[in-house]
Amino acid sequence: MRSASATTNRLNSISKLSNLSFHLILGFLSILCLLPMLLILSVSLTDERALNLNGFQFWPETFSLESYRYIFAYGYSVANAYAVSIFVTLAGTALCVLLSAMYAYSISRNSFGARRAFTFIAVFTLLYNGGLISFYIVCTRLFDLHNQIYALILPYAVNAFNIIVFRTYFLTNIHESVIEAAKMDGASEYRIFFNIVLRMSLPVVATVGLLSSITYWNDWMLAMLFIDDPGLYPLQYLLMRIENSVTAIQSVAGSAGASYAQAELDKLPVESARMAMVIVAIGPIALAYPFFQRFFIQGLNLGAVKG
Amino acid sequence: MLFFKRLKRDVPFVVLLSPALVLMTVFSYLPMFAGIVAFKDFNYLDGFFGSPWAGWDNFKYLFQMDAYYITRNTVLYNVAFIFLGLVVSVALAIMLHELISKRFAKLYQSVLFFPALISWVIVSYIVYAFLSIDKGIVNNALTGWFGVEAVEWYSETVYWPYLIVFISIWKSAGYNAVIYLATIVSIDPEYYESAVLDGASKWKQFQYITLPMLTPVMIILTLLAIGKIFYADTGLFYQVPRNSGVLYPVTNVIDTYILNGLKGQGQIGMTAAAGLYQSFVGLVLVVVTNLIVRRRSKENALF
Repeated sequence: MRSASATTNRLNSISKLSNLSFHLILGFLSILCLLPMLLILSVSLTDERALNLNGFQFWPETFSLESYRYIFAYGYSVANAYAVSIFVTLAGTALCVLLSAMYAYSISRNSFGARRAFTFIAVFTLLYNGGLISFYIVCTRLFDLHNQIYALILPYAVNAFNIIVFRTYFLTNIHESVIEAAKMDGASEYRIFFNIVLRMSLPVVATVGLLSSITYWNDWMLAMLFIDDPGLYPLQYLLMRIENSVTAIQSVAGSAGASYAQAELDKLPVESARMAMVIVAIGPIALAYPFFQRFFIQGLNLGAVKG
Repeated sequence: MLFFKRLKRDVPFVVLLSPALVLMTVFSYLPMFAGIVAFKDFNYLDGFFGSPWAGWDNFKYLFQMDAYYITRNTVLYNVAFIFLGLVVSVALAIMLHELISKRFAKLYQSVLFFPALISWVIVSYIVYAFLSIDKGIVNNALTGWFGVEAVEWYSETVYWPYLIVFISIWKSAGYNAVIYLATIVSIDPEYYESAVLDGASKWKQFQYITLPMLTPVMIILTLLAIGKIFYADTGLFYQVPRNSGVLYPVTNVIDTYILNGLKGQGQIGMTAAAGLYQSFVGLVLVVVTNLIVRRRSKENALF
C-alpha cells in the first residue's frame, strides 16, 4: 500500500477538479453496470398486463409478485435446473482443481525427468484444438456422452490455463527445501503433494476454484450440444430454451401437470416470469459476490500478471 | 540400471498427472485427429469412419461462399475489442488508482467488475429488456419521449457492430481494469517520490512513469489477444443477437457459423472445414505472436 500513498497522498494527489470528474465518470459507468439489473428486477415485479400496455419500465407501473408465485408454484423445471447446475458446478470445480493441481505438481518438480514433455503436452492444447465439429464427433460417436451428466462436467475438468496457474504458483511459492525435508522424513510424492503442497496452496486453489465455478455455472454450450432430456437441463440452458417461445414457458408449468384454460393464457406472466427466472439465476452470484469479491480480485492479480 | 531407477522415481509423477492426461487426450487430442473429418463428405449414417473422402472440396465450397464474411466479422470485431478495450480498461485503472477516496475506488471497482460474472444468456435477456421491439425500454423512450418511430432492433443490421462492441466492453472492461490496476500498484513508489521532489506535475508523472511502466503489460496482453484473433466469444455472438438470421451478415463469426452448422443449418462439410481453417490459422497466429512476446518478456509467453 506504499505505492498508493506515494501517488495519492495529500502532497501528490490529483486536483480536486480531476477527482470530481473521475467520480462522475466512474459513477456513471457504475450505474451503467447496475441499471440493467434494476430493469430486470423491475420487470419481474411488474404486473403482466401493465407490461403488455406500457412495456418494460425501470420502476413497476403496477407491482405484482405473480411471476415469482408462478415459478415457485409451477417451476419444477427451475428447481431441477438449479439442482443440476449446483451439482455440476461443485463436482466440476472440485475435479478441475484437483486434477489440474496434480498435473501441475508433477510438471513443477525438477526431479521429474519427462517434465518438459508433459508441459508441452498441456500447453499445446492451448495453441491448437480440433474444432467444435470434431469435438462433437469424438464425444458422441466415440464416447456416448449424449444425455449424460458427465457431459456437463468432464469437458471443462482439465484446462491447460489452470494447470499453468498452479504450476507458476508451485514454482514461485513452494520451496525446494520444504520438499527436501519431507523426503528426508521418508514421505512419498503423493504424501508430499496432498498433505504439504496442497495445504500451502490455498490462495491459488481458491482462485482456480472460483474461476472454474464461474465457468461451470455460466455454461450453456455443453448442454446445448449434448443434452435434450429436460431433466438434465442446467440453469443457463433452461433460460436459453425459454427465451423465445411462450409455449416453452407453459412447459415450465406443464411438467407439474398444471393446465391453463385459454382465457387464462393471456394472464400467464410470460415476460415477467422470464425476468423473474433471470433474477433467480443471478441470485446466488449477486449475493455471494460481496463475500468472495476480495478473493476474485486477489486471485486475478495472482494469476493474470504472472502468467 | 540408472535408467530404471529414474523410471521408478518418475512413477508417482506420472500417476499424479494421468487423470488430467486422460481427459486431455479425450477432449483435446482426439478431436485434433478427428479434424480430418473436414476432408470427408461426412454424413451421420456412414459415421466418421464410413463417410467417403472429399479431398479439398469442403474447403473449396467454404471459401467460395462464406469464408470471407465470417472471417472479416471475426477479425474486425476482435480488432475493435482489443484496441477500444485496451483504452477503456487502462483509463479505468488509472482513474481508480488516482481517486482520492480509497473506499469509493473499491466500490467502483467492485461494481465495474460484476458484469464479468454473469453469463451471456443473462446478458441476452438484459439486451432484450432494452431492445425488445414492442416492450423494450429504448423503443419506449424513442416513441414516448422523443416522438420518433420505434426501431426493429433485431432486424436492422446497421446498429449491431456498435452494439456488440459496446456490450463486449461493458462486460470485460472492469475485469481487465483489475489486471492493469495490479500492474500500476506494483510500480516502485520511489519513482513517484523522486518525481515529486523534482517538481513534476501529475500529468508529467503519468507520462514519464506510469505509462512507460504499463506499456510492457499492454503490449503483451495485446499480442496475446492478437494470437486469438480468429476466435470469438461464442456466447456474445450467439446469445445476444438471439441468433436472428437477418443479422448474420454482421453478427456471424466463425464460431457461430460452426455452431449453427452443427445444429443442422448449413452443411456439415463446410462447417468442419471452417473449424479446421480456424484452428490452423489460429495455431500459426498464436505461435508467431508468442514468439514475439517471448523476445520482449520471456516469462509472460505461454512457452
